[in-house]
Amino acid sequence: MQVNGQFQPTIVAFCCNWCSYAGADLSGTNRLQYPANVKIIRIPCSCRLNPMFILRAFQRGADGVILCGCHPGDCHYTTGNYYARRRMTLLFNMLEYLGIERDRTRVEWVSAAEGAKFAATMNDFVETITRLGENKRLEDLRCKSK
Amino acid sequence: MQRIGVFVCWCGSNIAATVDVEAVAEALSHEAGVVFSTNYQYMCSQAGQELIQDTIREQKLTGVVICSCSPRMHENTFRKTCERAGINPYMVEIANIREQCSWIHKDKAVGTEKAIILGRAAIAKVLLNAPLTAGTSPVVKRALVIGGGIAGIQTALDIADAGFPVDIVEKEPTIGGKMTQIDKTFPTLDCAACILTPKMVDAAQNENIKIYAYSQVEAVKGFVGNFTVTIRRKARYVDETKCTGCGLCTEKCPQKKVPNAFNLGLDTRRAIYIPFAQAVPKIATIDADYCTMLKTGKCGVCSKVCTAGAIDYKQQDTLVEEQYGAIVVATGYNPIKLDQFDEFAYSQSPDVVTSLELERLMNAAGPTGGTLLRPSDKTHPHTLVFVQCVGSRCDGGEKGKPYCSKICCMYTAKHAMLIREKYPDTEVYVFYIDVRTPGKNFDEFYRRAVEEYGVHYIKGMVGKVTPQNGKLYVQAADLLGGQQLKIEADMVVLAAAIEPDKSARPLATMLTASMDTNDFFTEAHPKLRPVESPTAGIFLSGACQGPKDIPETVAQAGAAASKVIGLLVKDHLTCNPCVAESNELMCNGCSACEKVCPYGAISYIDKDFRGPGRTTLKRRVAQVNPAVCQGCGACTVACPSGAMDLKGFSNAQIMAEVDAICK
Amino acid sequence: MRDSIETIRRISGVNPLKCMKCGKCTATCPAYDEMEYHPHQFVDMVVNDRLEELMSSKGIYLCLSCFACIERCPRGVKPGALVETVRLSVIRQQDQNHLKPQDIPALLEEALPQQAVTSALRKYRR
Repeated sequence: MQVNGQFQPTIVAFCCNWCSYAGADLSGTNRLQYPANVKIIRIPCSCRLNPMFILRAFQRGADGVILCGCHPGDCHYTTGNYYARRRMTLLFNMLEYLGIERDRTRVEWVSAAEGAKFAATMNDFVETITRLGENKRLEDLRCKSK
Repeated sequence: MQRIGVFVCWCGSNIAATVDVEAVAEALSHEAGVVFSTNYQYMCSQAGQELIQDTIREQKLTGVVICSCSPRMHENTFRKTCERAGINPYMVEIANIREQCSWIHKDKAVGTEKAIILGRAAIAKVLLNAPLTAGTSPVVKRALVIGGGIAGIQTALDIADAGFPVDIVEKEPTIGGKMTQIDKTFPTLDCAACILTPKMVDAAQNENIKIYAYSQVEAVKGFVGNFTVTIRRKARYVDETKCTGCGLCTEKCPQKKVPNAFNLGLDTRRAIYIPFAQAVPKIATIDADYCTMLKTGKCGVCSKVCTAGAIDYKQQDTLVEEQYGAIVVATGYNPIKLDQFDEFAYSQSPDVVTSLELERLMNAAGPTGGTLLRPSDKTHPHTLVFVQCVGSRCDGGEKGKPYCSKICCMYTAKHAMLIREKYPDTEVYVFYIDVRTPGKNFDEFYRRAVEEYGVHYIKGMVGKVTPQNGKLYVQAADLLGGQQLKIEADMVVLAAAIEPDKSARPLATMLTASMDTNDFFTEAHPKLRPVESPTAGIFLSGACQGPKDIPETVAQAGAAASKVIGLLVKDHLTCNPCVAESNELMCNGCSACEKVCPYGAISYIDKDFRGPGRTTLKRRVAQVNPAVCQGCGACTVACPSGAMDLKGFSNAQIMAEVDAICK
Repeated sequence: MRDSIETIRRISGVNPLKCMKCGKCTATCPAYDEMEYHPHQFVDMVVNDRLEELMSSKGIYLCLSCFACIERCPRGVKPGALVETVRLSVIRQQDQNHLKPQDIPALLEEALPQQAVTSALRKYRR
């Protein structure tokens, strides 16, 4: 999206309910700043993230998608983040094959205690996406509102 | 057709300062499906909730979106509000415009714009919400306490008092924990054993309490109200049912050179031992690492002297499986290893001791019978130097711990005071960075050490300890006096930082309970839910959650017990209705979902379906047990035919949120 | 004030604000008696922007660069690195050198290694 001639990326962050969503809340409670480009969607576990959701986000004009979950071994559902990790490895390879830059997608482990890490991760991710510029490769023009 | 109401909360100035709440309410009122939109100062207040309830009735709302704080904070509050107004509680969605919007942005325009988008996403989701009904699951009325220190004992006693059976699992041969090793307690100076041992006996005699000493938790399955725990009972090589605890074997055993772990290796014990006189259960244990019979097959002295015939060299570890409704973690702490701090010469001189070792050196049941003697030459020390914060408050990487260990200031004041009282001919120096004594009667206690007992408190750190000719040369800074001191000391006592027990990390993985970076268990809420783990049914007691002294530990143990009792009095728990559901018409019976389910909640049945032309077809389809499913959603992604979906977080709902955000 | 802290921070790679004033550096310093400012004061003076006093102090040349303070500081503040940075700041000012190059040979002790060499060895061995 262009705002006053400046590129403002749209970024979707999927956060698992138990660790990363709480970590995001903590960064808010601690008043740690990160850009408003990041919009968080709460999912019960990182393994709930269907690769379809990421494709849909890119199709609808997102410039970057990040998945945050519990640290390996700490998943609330024991094994969910391991599934997520494998699925995302495959998906990201496929996206790269389609010509989506590898840096547009990211998986990051953020615990409920890591508010600072959440904010730092988001700052870094927004910077990366801003550098990459608009994502046009997967965007479906039919979905675009004028 | 859905009729959605939007309620935007100001949260005082918390939201209203960086989000134009009126503009948000106005913008969201134009969204499809929205029939009502307003803003109010405090939605969670009584008046705010009544506003929501009245609007639901007046406007005949079918769904509600609340733009407020995190759903982790008030989702339940608003669900109950809606239920009272007669709509299904799961027709509520929260847009998190405080923690994830107003608190992280400073520019009002930016905050308002983002709040509108978050509101839109919530509206898009709620339009696809369906009413959900929560099922129930039974509660096993038995609790497990892991760790038998003062925290575990107190929790178990309190739960047992309420009439529920409790099991304590303790990895050592006796319960009692660190408190058994402590001589006196601050700030009252009463004897630790005198107040602890009656509690240990109470626990042993309480008919509701079962103690698994010398045992460890091996595996945990299940969920709140319904845990299945496997406990490994380690082989003691002594039959617990026969041993009378007479202690004859521990006197006759010829293997005398075993470091005595109870006295922290300051003296020795035999290969068969009872840790201390008041041990509970008072049963001998053979130390397999040192026993000649177990190692070479030649000895058998203990077996010969035992009149009860309790010695069993062939004993094996056994596994016990038990059902529990709640689990309390009380795994406690240990002082850190000091090998990273060699400037204090801990490994070079036996006269440099940790504070816990000093407790044993001053205890009547310790290696010196309660007389303070230097470990090196058993002489009376005249000059003692205490060093505080050894390994605490470190921020240099791999050395030490970043947190304050909390108890050191007070126990050092206690040691200094006791030594000055018992041996007035000694000089006692305490080197401190800060003296931290918040607590009832704590600062008075520390001041007494300075004013009445003449302990030299010096602001500064010890830089170096050099053992030479039987003396310890201490080089230290006196920051307030502006000089570098060189003290010739007889003993140096180090207040080593404390860390969570090593068994805590693997246990946390088994329990899926979260931990912080220092391996302390995290609580569900740092202020409002301090004794619960974020994992339902797991409770925290004592130093496993953070450094604590005895009164705080006992208070937390009682609090954990009351939470457990609150859980166990319920016959049934309401399950989370956001569980997976399989669409039988789409399911092709491939088993992909069953393989990824961590709870075994998915099974397959052969079901009759109507085929073409009045025929009946038998097809294998997946079925989810809603009482067992925890709603992680792993199966929904694994399903190749898209038959599996998660209620409350369905594919359509999440896609709608994505669309709303990317618009 | 912030500016000079930032400069010192950039050159030394150390954050002096991490100091919790425990004094372990001063306790450990073998050159304590020689220096008018002691390591913990040194850190404090950097924090409170008393750089000029430090730069005109003889003490900064008496630091042995033994790095005991760096080794033992529980907060990773590295007072020794700050001393080195202040020395460097003096040298970077034109003609402000403590010694003139031609004076140095006369001061060299044949049997002893030079401070800069020892310091560098200690620094890069880490």
